[in-house]
Amino acid sequence: MLFRTAGQFKTSYLKDQTLFPVRQDAILLGIILAFAWVIFPLTASEFTFQTLLIPVLVYSLAALGLNILTGYAGQLSLGTGAFMGVGAYACYKMITIFPEMNLLVAVLMSGLFSAFIGVLFGLPSLRIKGFYLAIATLAAQFFLVWLFEKWAWLYNYNASGAIQVPHVEMLGTPVAGPQAASMTQYYFVLVVVTLMTILAINLTRGTQGRIWKATRDMDIAAELIGINLLKSKLTAFAVSSYIVGVSGALFVFLWRGAAEPNLFDIPISFRILFIAIIGGLGSIMGNYMGAILIVALPVVLKTLPETFGIPISSATVEHLNVMVVGALIVFFLIIEPHGLARLWTLIREKFIIWPFPH
Amino acid sequence: MNDMSQDGYVTEDGRQIGGVMMEMKNITLKFGGVVAIEDISFDIREGEIRAIIGPNGAGKSSMLNVISGFYHPQEGEVWFHGTERPAMKPYEVARQGVARTFQNIALFEGMTVLDNVMTGRLTHMKSGLLSQAIWWGKALQEEVKNREVVEKVIDFLEIQSIRKTPVGRLPYGLKKRVELARALAAEPKLLLLDEPMAGMNVEEKEDMSRFILDVNDEFGTTIALIEHDMGVVMDLSDRVVVMDYGKKIGDGTPDEVRNNQDVIDAYLGVAH
Ligand SMILES: Nc1ncnc2c1ncn2[C@@H]1O[C@H](COP(=O)(O)OP(=O)(O)OP(=O)(O)O)[C@@H](O)[C@H]1O
Ligand SMILES: [Mg+2]
Repeated sequence: MLFRTAGQFKTSYLKDQTLFPVRQDAILLGIILAFAWVIFPLTASEFTFQTLLIPVLVYSLAALGLNILTGYAGQLSLGTGAFMGVGAYACYKMITIFPEMNLLVAVLMSGLFSAFIGVLFGLPSLRIKGFYLAIATLAAQFFLVWLFEKWAWLYNYNASGAIQVPHVEMLGTPVAGPQAASMTQYYFVLVVVTLMTILAINLTRGTQGRIWKATRDMDIAAELIGINLLKSKLTAFAVSSYIVGVSGALFVFLWRGAAEPNLFDIPISFRILFIAIIGGLGSIMGNYMGAILIVALPVVLKTLPETFGIPISSATVEHLNVMVVGALIVFFLIIEPHGLARLWTLIREKFIIWPFPH
Repeated sequence: MNDMSQDGYVTEDGRQIGGVMMEMKNITLKFGGVVAIEDISFDIREGEIRAIIGPNGAGKSSMLNVISGFYHPQEGEVWFHGTERPAMKPYEVARQGVARTFQNIALFEGMTVLDNVMTGRLTHMKSGLLSQAIWWGKALQEEVKNREVVEKVIDFLEIQSIRKTPVGRLPYGLKKRVELARALAAEPKLLLLDEPMAGMNVEEKEDMSRFILDVNDEFGTTIALIEHDMGVVMDLSDRVVVMDYGKKIGDGTPDEVRNNQDVIDAYLGVAH
C-alpha cells in the first residue's frame, strides 16, 4: 500500500479539512471498517467475542472519553472507573424502573448522569491543576464507589449488593441478559462506539477542539485570547464523562452482565488511563490501538506458549502481563509520549514521501 | 506636536489619528510591597501606534496586563470607547476587540500554525456544541468563513509554507510572527504587542516593523507596543509613553521624548 499525496490537491478549505486528506487513508479505514462490521463478527467464536472483540470496543470507548479530558483538554483524571460506574448504575435504574425502555436510548441517556456528576467533580479544576486535580478526581473515585456500596436503592436492595442485568429485548431480539447472543451484543456496542467516535472526531477537529487544546497547552494565553477557561474545562468534563458513562453502561449491560461496586474501583481507572497513554494522548485512533494491545496482550501471552507446547500457568501469564504493560508505560511516557498513534503517523509519513525521502 | 484636540491629530507622515479609544486614569498596581505601576495616566487614540518604553522592570508589561484585564489595578480607572470599564476577566476584554502578543512567546505548542491562528478567531465563533458534534450547519459555515479570514492573515504575514507545521518545531523568529498572526486573526480594534522584536536579527526586525506598519495602515488597527530598540520605536510610533520604576517620566512624540531630560537620565542610569 502506497501513501501518495502527489497529484491530490485541495481546491477548497472544506476539502482541506476533510478527515482523510490522503486518499489511501480512506481506503485503509474502509478495510478496518469491513473487518469490524463484517469479517470479525461472521468469523468470531464465542470466546473471541467475549475476550477480545467486545472488551476492545468497550475499553476503547472509555479511553476515548478519558482522552478528551486528559489528552485534549489537559486535565488529568484518575476517576474514570467511577464515572463508568455512574453510567452503569444509571442504566440499571432506568431499565429496572422502566422495563419497556429502549436499551439504546437508556445507554445513551446514562451518559447524561455521569456528565452531570463529572461536571460537579470538575468544578475544582479551575483552581487546582495537574497532580492536585488528579488527587481530587481520586477523591471522586473513592466517594462514588463507596456510594455504589452503601446506597442500596442503586442496586435495588439485592442481597448480594451487585447489579444483575435483566433480560432486555429490542425488536423481539434479546440484546442484554443471559439469553442475548454475543454477535447481537457486539453489533450493539459497535453502533454506539461508531456513533461516539464520529461525534468525538468532529468535536476535536473544530472550534471546541481548539479551545480544549489551547487550554491544555497554555491556559494563561488561552484566557487572554478570549477563552473562558471554566467553560472550556467544564465542557471537557461533561463530554468526557458522558462518553465514559456510556462506556460504563455498555460494559455492564452488553458485556459483563453483572457488576459489583468494586468492579469500578481504581484498577479499572488505571487500566483505562494506561490504554489512553499507550495509544496516545490527544489522539482518537490511539484509543483503539491501546485497547487492542491491553486486551489482547494477556490472551497472546497465554495462547502463544501453548501453541508451542510450552505449559504456562495463569499466574505466570498474569505476572508477565503486568511486567510488559509496566514496561510499555515507561517506554511511552519517556520515549514517545504520543503513544502508538504517533508511531503509526511516523510510519505513514515515511510511506508518503517514499521512495524519495528528500 | 500637531493639534491635539478631542478629534485627534494628523501625524508627521500625514495619517489622521482619531479620538481617544482607551484611557488609563491614575492607574496604580501593587504586588504586595512592590509598586509595579504608580499613578500613571495616558491615552491611546484611534488609529495610532503608541509605544511604551522604559528600562527593565519599569512596569511596561504590567501596564499591558492591566489593559488586557489580566491584572486589576488597586487604584485608577480604565476607559474604553468613552465608558469606564468595570473589572473584567481577560477573555471578556478579548471579546471587546483587544488582542495581544506576549513578551515570552505564548503559542499553543501542540497545535499546528493553522490551528494556532484559528484560535485567534474564537471570539467570533458562535456555533453550539451539538452543531459542532455533527459537523453540520452553522458550525460548518463558521469553520469555512473563519478559515478564509485566517488564510488572509497567513498570506499577509507570509507564513503560507508553514501552515501545517506544529508550532513547537518552528524557530524563534517565526514563532513571533505566528503569534502576531493569531492576534490579527481576531481582527482586533486594539492590538497590544509586548516586545514583538525581542531576540530578532536585523532582517527579522525589518520584516516585523513592516508588518506592524502595514497592519496599522491597511486595517486601521490601533496598536500599543512595548519595545527596547529605540531605533524601531522612533521609526514606528506616533507617540511614546516612557516609564521608569513604575512611574511615567515622559509622554509625547518620539522627538519630544528623545529630548526630555528625565528620559535621558533614566536611560543613562543617573542615580534617583
Ligand atoms: N505577577 C507578579 N508578581 C509580583 N511582581 C510582579 C509581577 N509581575 C510583575 N512584577 C514586578 O513588577 C515590576 C514591573 O514588571 P514588568 O514585567 O511590568 O516590567 P517590564 O517593564 O515589562 O520589564 P521588562 O523590560 O524586563 O519586560 C517588576 O519589579 C516585577 O518584578
Ligand atoms: Mg516586560
